[in-house]
Formats: sequence, C-alpha cells, structure tokens
Amino acid sequence: MGKAFGVVLIIITLVSTAVFIFHDFHGISLWLPVDASAHGHRVDHQLMETMYGSGLLFVLSQIMLGLFVWQASDRPEGWKYKIFPGGAKPMVISAILLVGIEILTLSFVGSKVWADIYLTPAAPEALPIDVQAGQFAFYFRYAGADGKFGALHAEKIDEGSGNFFGLDPRNDVAARDDVVVASLVIPVNRPILLTLHSKDVIHSFYVRELRIHQDIVPGLMIPLHFTATQTGRFEIVCTQLCGLGHYQMKAYLEVKTQEEFDKWLKDQEAAQ
Amino acid sequence: MSEAAHQHAEPTGFIRKYIFSVDHKVIGLQYIGLGIVAVVLGMILSWLMRLHLGWSTLAIPGLEKLSPAGAPGNVMTPEYYLSLMTMHGTLMVFFVLTNVPFAGFGNYFLPIQVGAPDMAFPRMNMMSFWVTFTAFLVLIAAFFVPGGPPLSGWTAYAPLSAVGQDAGPGEGWGQTLWALSIAIFCVAQLLGALNFIATTLDLRTKGMSLARMPFSTWAWFITSVIGLLAFAVLLPACVLLILDRTAGTSFFIPGGLVISDRLQAHTGGSPLLWQHLFWFFGHPEVYIAILPAIGIVSHILPAFLRRPLLGPRVLISCLAAIGFLSYMVWGHHMFVSGMNPFSAILFSVPTLVITIPATIATLLWIGSVYGARIRFTCASLFCLGFISVFISGGISGFFLAQPSIDTYLHATYFVVAHFHFVMGVAAIFGMFAGIYFWLPKMVGRMMNETLGKIHFWFTFVGVYCIFMPMHYLGLAGNVRRYAAFTDDYLAPLIPVHQFITIAALITGAAQFIFLFNLVWSRFRGPKATENPWQATSLEWSTTSPPPFDNFGGRQLVVHQEPYLYGVEGSAGDYVMQTSPETVEAR
Amino acid sequence: MKIKYFYPLFLVLLVSTALASLPVPPPAGGTVTGKVTYTGTPPKMKPIDMAKEPNCAKEHAASPVFTENVVTGPGNTLEWAVVYVSAGDQGSTPGTQTLRFDQKGCQYMPHVLAMQVDQPFEIVNSDPHLHNIHPLPKINPEWNKSQPPGTPPLMAKYDKPEFIPVKCNVHPWMHGWFIVLNTSHYAISGSDGSFSIKGLPPGKYTLTAWQEQFGTQAQDVTIAGGETKNITFTFKALPY
Repeated sequence: MGKAFGVVLIIITLVSTAVFIFHDFHGISLWLPVDASAHGHRVDHQLMETMYGSGLLFVLSQIMLGLFVWQASDRPEGWKYKIFPGGAKPMVISAILLVGIEILTLSFVGSKVWADIYLTPAAPEALPIDVQAGQFAFYFRYAGADGKFGALHAEKIDEGSGNFFGLDPRNDVAARDDVVVASLVIPVNRPILLTLHSKDVIHSFYVRELRIHQDIVPGLMIPLHFTATQTGRFEIVCTQLCGLGHYQMKAYLEVKTQEEFDKWLKDQEAAQ
Repeated sequence: MSEAAHQHAEPTGFIRKYIFSVDHKVIGLQYIGLGIVAVVLGMILSWLMRLHLGWSTLAIPGLEKLSPAGAPGNVMTPEYYLSLMTMHGTLMVFFVLTNVPFAGFGNYFLPIQVGAPDMAFPRMNMMSFWVTFTAFLVLIAAFFVPGGPPLSGWTAYAPLSAVGQDAGPGEGWGQTLWALSIAIFCVAQLLGALNFIATTLDLRTKGMSLARMPFSTWAWFITSVIGLLAFAVLLPACVLLILDRTAGTSFFIPGGLVISDRLQAHTGGSPLLWQHLFWFFGHPEVYIAILPAIGIVSHILPAFLRRPLLGPRVLISCLAAIGFLSYMVWGHHMFVSGMNPFSAILFSVPTLVITIPATIATLLWIGSVYGARIRFTCASLFCLGFISVFISGGISGFFLAQPSIDTYLHATYFVVAHFHFVMGVAAIFGMFAGIYFWLPKMVGRMMNETLGKIHFWFTFVGVYCIFMPMHYLGLAGNVRRYAAFTDDYLAPLIPVHQFITIAALITGAAQFIFLFNLVWSRFRGPKATENPWQATSLEWSTTSPPPFDNFGGRQLVVHQEPYLYGVEGSAGDYVMQTSPETVEAR
Repeated sequence: MKIKYFYPLFLVLLVSTALASLPVPPPAGGTVTGKVTYTGTPPKMKPIDMAKEPNCAKEHAASPVFTENVVTGPGNTLEWAVVYVSAGDQGSTPGTQTLRFDQKGCQYMPHVLAMQVDQPFEIVNSDPHLHNIHPLPKINPEWNKSQPPGTPPLMAKYDKPEFIPVKCNVHPWMHGWFIVLNTSHYAISGSDGSFSIKGLPPGKYTLTAWQEQFGTQAQDVTIAGGETKNITFTFKALPY
C-alpha cells in the first residue's frame, strides 16, 4: 500500500508539473496569453519567479512525502522508528530561512511591481476615457471635440434611447459631443487613463493581455492607467458576480495605431 | 469546579435521548449527520453545475420538474446555475466544513479527550445544534421561494445582494432567507465556541495540563477562539444586510444607483464595507475549516506511524500563529476591490508570513513519516492524502498572496483550485480520516477497510483530476462564476472543463462507496474493542461507544504526554495517557 | 298554454337558436383612421452599437439599426404610436388569440406589443444566445426570466391595464413595450404613421394616442353609424 501511495503521488506530481511546463495542447493554450502592455512583463516576471520557487517546493515536498511513505511500507514488525536527522530543528530553521527569504524577496520585488502600476499617477499626456459598467455591458465615453466630458446625471440614464451614461445634452453643452461606444478603442503606445464607475452593482474590468484587473464599484470613480504596446483586438470581461448575465458581460478592446485611432474617433464624432 | 454540578441523569425517553439530547456525543453525531446531508446535497449541486459547465446546452432530464423557472425545457438558465453555485458554497463552507470537523468531531471528542463528563454548558450545546438546524432549514427554504434561490455567491457581495429584485432573479426572498440563515448560523457558532472554550479551560480532568492536551483538542480550542471573534463580526454584518434589504437602510448601498432603469432610493452606503466585514469573518473562516482538520490529522498520524510527531510544541505554536495571523490578512481577498492600493501591500506581507507556520507544520508531518513503519489503514491513508493536498493547495497561496500576481489570477479558476484544495479537499480528507478512525469509538463497530481503501484511491486520484487542471485554466484567465463559456478565448478551454466534469462525476460516485460502508458498518461491521488502534489518548480509555457520562463514573487521572508511541510500554509499543507507569525518554 | 301556440313558439325558438349559432357578422360599426405626426425637430436616433454580442453585430453589419424611441416616417409621421379608445368604450371583445413577441438579432419584434388584459402572449428567442426578458411593470406583478437559446417559448399574460417597458439586461440596448389595454379597439401606427380602428359601435369616444417619448394626446370622436372618421394626432418634438 505504501509503495502504491508513493508511486501514485509521484506520478501525480510529475504529470501536474509537466502540464505547467508544456502547457500547449492541440491549440488549447493553458498559459497566459501574449503580454500587450508596457508593465505586463514585470507581472509575468514576478509570476515566473514565484512559479519556479513554489514549483520547486511543490515537487520536492510531494516527492519527499512519496519517498518516505514508499520506504515505510516494507519495514519489519517490531521496527524502531528513526528520527529525521536533527529532529524538528532543521524543519523549523529551513522553513523560516528558505520560505522566509522567498517571501521577503517576493514581497519586496512584488510590492514594487504593484506600486509602480497602481500607486503611480497617470502620465499627464494620457488619453482620458470614461468607462461605465452596468448589468450586463460596458460603455466607453470619449470627451469629443471640446475635450470636456459632460456631467453625469443618474436620473437621466435611459438605456432604451441610448443614454447609457445619463448625459443631459439639452442643458449641458459639454455632453453634446461626447462619443459613447460599446468597444474600448485606444491608440497603441500611448498612456491611457480610464475612469471606472458602475451604475448598479459591482463589476470588474479584466483584460488578460494587459495584465490589468480592477473591480468597478458603484459610488466610486476608480482611475486606472496603462499603455498598450501591441495592436490587436482583445476581450474585456467582467469577473465580479453581477447577476444572471454575468458570463455574457464583455466588451472588446481594440488597440489601433495612432492614425487609425484618429480616423476612427473622427468618424465617431461625426456619427454622434 | 465541582464535577457533580455537571452531572445530569441519563435520559430514558427517545426524544430526550436522541433528538433534544444534552449529551455532547449525541449532539456531535447530530452535527456530523447534518453535515453528511449537507455534503451530499452540495455534491449533487456541484454535479449539476459541472454538467452545465461542460455541456451548457445539455438538457438534464427531470430538472424542469425540480425548478420550472430555473430549467425551461430541462436546460439550466444562468440564474439557476448561479443559485446552485451559491447554495453549493454556502452549504459546503458553513454546514459541512464548519459543522463536521469543528462542531461535530469537536463536540464528540473534546470533552472525552480532556476527561470531562460533558460540555461545560450541555443545554446551550443542545441549543447551538438546534439553532444550526434552523439555519439549515431556512437556507433550504430559499430554494423554494418566489423569485428563486439566491445567486450572489457565498460571499453575497453588496450591492447586488442588498438592493432587492430589481437586480434580477434570486434577489428577492431567496437572498433575504440566505442572510437570515447565515445570521442564525452565527448565533449557533457563537454559542458553540463559548462552550468549547469553557470546556477546554475549566473541565480538564486531573493531570490534563494544557501541554498534555492532544493536537485535536488544541485545534478545536484555537478554532473556537477564532470562531468567537469571526462569527461575532459576520452576525451584525448579516443583520445590516437584512436591514438594507427590508428596512430601507443604506449601509452597503451608495446613492445614485440605476438598476434595470430604476433609480434607487438608497443613498450614502459603502459596498466595500460589506467586503471588509465579510472577509474579516471570511478569512478566519478558512482556518475554522482547516485547523480542526489539521488537528485531527496530527492526532491520528502518530497512531499509525507508531511514533510521536516531531516538535509537538512547535506544531501547536504553528496552529496558534496561523489563528493569530488569520485576523490580519482579510484584505488579500480585496486586492482588486478598489480599496486603497497601498493597503494591498500591508495585507500581502502577513499573508505571505502565514506560509511559514504552514510550511513548518507540513515539514513536521513529512519529517515524522520519515523512518516510521506505517500501518496503512483507511484513516492513515487519508491523513497522508491530507498532507499531499494541503501542500498542493498551500503552494498556490504564494501566487495569490502577492497583489501584482493576484491581479491577473483573481476571480479565475486558479482561485477555485486553491481554496478547494486547501480548505475544501484538505478538510474533507481530515473528516474522512476522522470518521475511519473514530467511527469504532462512536458506534462501536469497525468500518470495512477494503471498501474504505477503494474509496480512498478514487477520491485521492479524483480530486487531483478535478482541481489540478483548474490551475491551468486560471493561468489561461478562465473567469470563475460563469454559467457558460461563450467568450472567444474561453470557448477553446471547454474540453478541459469536460474532463473535469467527468472526473467530478466519477469521484462523486465513489463517495457513495463511503456512504454505503458507513451505513453497512454501523449495523453489520465487526464489533469494535475499547482501543482498536492501540492509541493513547483518553477516548480510548473508555468503552466503544462511551457511556452517557463518558467514563462510567470514573474520574480519569492523566499521567502522560498524549502521544507515547514507539516506546517500551506495559501494553505494547505505546503508553496510554492514563497509565501511571514510568516511561524512559527516547 | 294551448297547444296551437306551441308550434309557432317552438319555431321561433329554433330559428333564433340557429341564428345565434351562425358566425357573428363583423360589427357594422364605424371606423376611425388617421395619422400620428409631429411638429418640431425630433431627436436623432442613435445607431446601436452591438459590439459586445458578435452574433448580432455581424447580423446588422451591413445596415446598422437605430434606437426606436422616435421612429419617423415620410411627412413628419411617427411609427409605433398606440391609438386606443380610452373612454366611452363599448362592444369590445376579449382577446383570445396568442400574440408573439420575438427576440431576433438583439431586437424586439415588434418594438411595441399591444394586447388586452388576460390575453396570452408567447416570448420567443430566435437568437443563438441567451436573452433575459425583464418587463418593468408598476401595477402588474414583476418577473425577470432568462431564456437560453433553443428553449420553449415563455408564456405570459397581464391582468391589469398598464404600459410596461421591457428590457434585456444582457443587451441593455434592447427595449420594447407591452401595452396592456382594457379595450379591443386599438391600433399601432405603421411606418407611415397611419392607423385604423374598425368596428366601433355608434357612440361618443375618447381616443388617445400614446408615444413613448412624447407622451399622450387625446381627441373626442363621435361615431354615428357605419361612417369612417379621419383624425390626426400631432405631437410636439424636441431635439434633446
């Protein structure tokens, strides 16, 4: 029984690890997608460091357990147990030292990565875009030709007539040229400053390729800034349970070149 | 304290003996029985969920009869999926993971292990079970109310859970009953925790110093302290949620919300307040689920390794450290919640620090396995399995503890894998070990070892097939709590979900082997002796099952450390805690 | 009763029964026809951006669809206005025919579904993805159900007259109306703004026209016999 346990455990460990290492199976990619943001490589780097460290711990501890159980299986009746060399002390010391060092490193380096993304102000030239989440869609708003966002009035929200944000064009001139669209279109290599807010419950803004994830909390205006480094079309999905349509709540992120973006924005302004 | 004050006459009527019993052993079995009902229900819900995740247009015969609105044409609607998910989580976390290893085994064995005739407050103990049972009935009632069962998840994030039915199906009566059920549950747990603490501190028998208490007793004691503080926060939080839902208050609802085109009348509340209150309970709750399992496994292992564990004092310190740190880390559930990003760093550090006592405990177990001659029984196999899944679940904590990585993995299947391994499966393995180990004591009959081993192998391999692939899905960004995977990048991952579903169906089916074994052994199993495992702690110094006052009027005197195995004792290679013989230190 | 009276009486009874069981001829009442129009500048309808639902975005890629709050036709006419008898109603027959409300290409077909109280209607999902149907009544009981693709139609009816907006939360642009009326004398203006209410018995009626953006307008009409009256409703439109 002990041998079987050891073998099964070691097979489980090796297979589990192998899938992490090979992670591409007939078009099913079980790994992070391409990184399309300026800060993403630092997140990926931090993730890989953690992956190596904890992967090593995982494999070593499971194999150790498997081996010890294997060894324990054919010992004779009346066996006198052996104490692990040094007893509990090496366990405690190695746990404190090895794990301690690992977590110190991870917290110092990781905190810096975190701080550089979420604790820094956006660049002054960043393109401001207003993002509103609601059951169960995202809408995006650009300031339009006047460079000013119209004020939001919750009582004016009327989704059936396309007033998703609650603008008041009758009285508010700044609101008249606001561009409201259902996809987030941004220029590549330019800092973007999103202002996230929700009109009903908590939603979340998650773009895998940007390594960006932020809850959108009603009552709060949450700034989020990033720079996309690759053109392409990516999915923005909601990750915070928001009701029955949660799984269908998404939008597309289109990263265009600056020229394409300018043209797109001009077309949109004309269409509003 | 005088023992006589606690002696009740043994009741004779059926109702006083088995239903409204003050006997901690009966109450413990009641908790375990309720837990088994809840776990079977929770598992069937997970089957339905897994079927829907693998094949989202699949018609499940009979489902429409069960819920006409939830499954028109037998095809599950997303709101019904989310309701199943919410009920699965709530049943499992509260009524299984809290009820069985802590309230169930704790009730049965804590008084016996400290040599007490009963709990400190037997009537309060009875009350805490029946309050728990009421909470269970209220929760189940939520399945059948107009508007449908609740669907906000077991975390019930406001304002979705607070604004009422404008926010969609399941936000009417179902959600109110959910909050009510949890509030009632909190009351029961508070009563139970007080009782455990008082019993441990006041009713220990002669010679049972704190240092001589078994690991399981220590774990239940530490868990009670955690529970007392944690449920005391969740209770008012649930009351506030109920007030928001029914009395028009706005604790968790900000102003200016427009839900389904309706401007809400609420104003001035904070959705993050709910998250802080919930997770201030919720993270310690993880340890309420896992610490008793750690205690049970640490208690059982020595009996089958035939040696004491390495560093017993260190292990207890680790449990205490985990319990203490569990109050400083709730914010790691909220890295992306919109709280001040600076606090993420503050919450990250103690979270990572928790890995140190957890690693020490794990290394002590592995180090204890080294050089031992293991008796391979179902109980010991589940203990070894526990160590393995605890490692697997704990390791992924390194990722989720760091805000920079958690932002990518948050709310993906990586998190699902993490908490199912470390608090779900690990605690369940602890429970299985406990049942295989203690059933002879509880009902006086041995369980069938062959069936038990078949059950073990299916379960051990099965849980890895179910939960390991979820890590890969998480790395690919597969969002959790989705009723179906319609996004462009999620559709290609569906075959992995189908694999998981099949594994879950097989593993789940194997649990019926266990249930059969349990029922069969209860009536047909070979009679158990007083000490079938040659174990040392006090529960093995009395008959199987123990008499009403646990020790038949004797007051035990404790002379020994709890785990004297692998020694030259008068009875064999072990010395009971009650044995007055002198043992040479090894 | 003497026997000689019996046969004529019996004959009268027989004939009247036979007559009653014959199909009722269309009520030979009067008809009101007309148009719903506006003055001023109506708001510009916005193109609907369905990017979040690729199925629908593809379906409408060639000819974008617009919001339907104010649908104008040639000659300043308004589509989707409901004209109905709001006072003095007589001779209404209960609505028994099952109406149909379809969800197709992420739009409601029709945009406005008028019905009578207690008249059954079915809601159909013709799209390959899920919709939820969330009518927002204030008087009638409220429900909110999702309808996965390929599931049977949802059956519903309302027992109190009410104008109920309908929405799909999954596709927030989807917007329609359930108009529940006490009368069978109603019509919805077509793409040229025209409507026609037939079979009005002689009498004095108040006709009301309702348009979702501009509200209601009422006119009194007197029908003397089998005549056809022509009336025009004119709403005042504002650009914002």
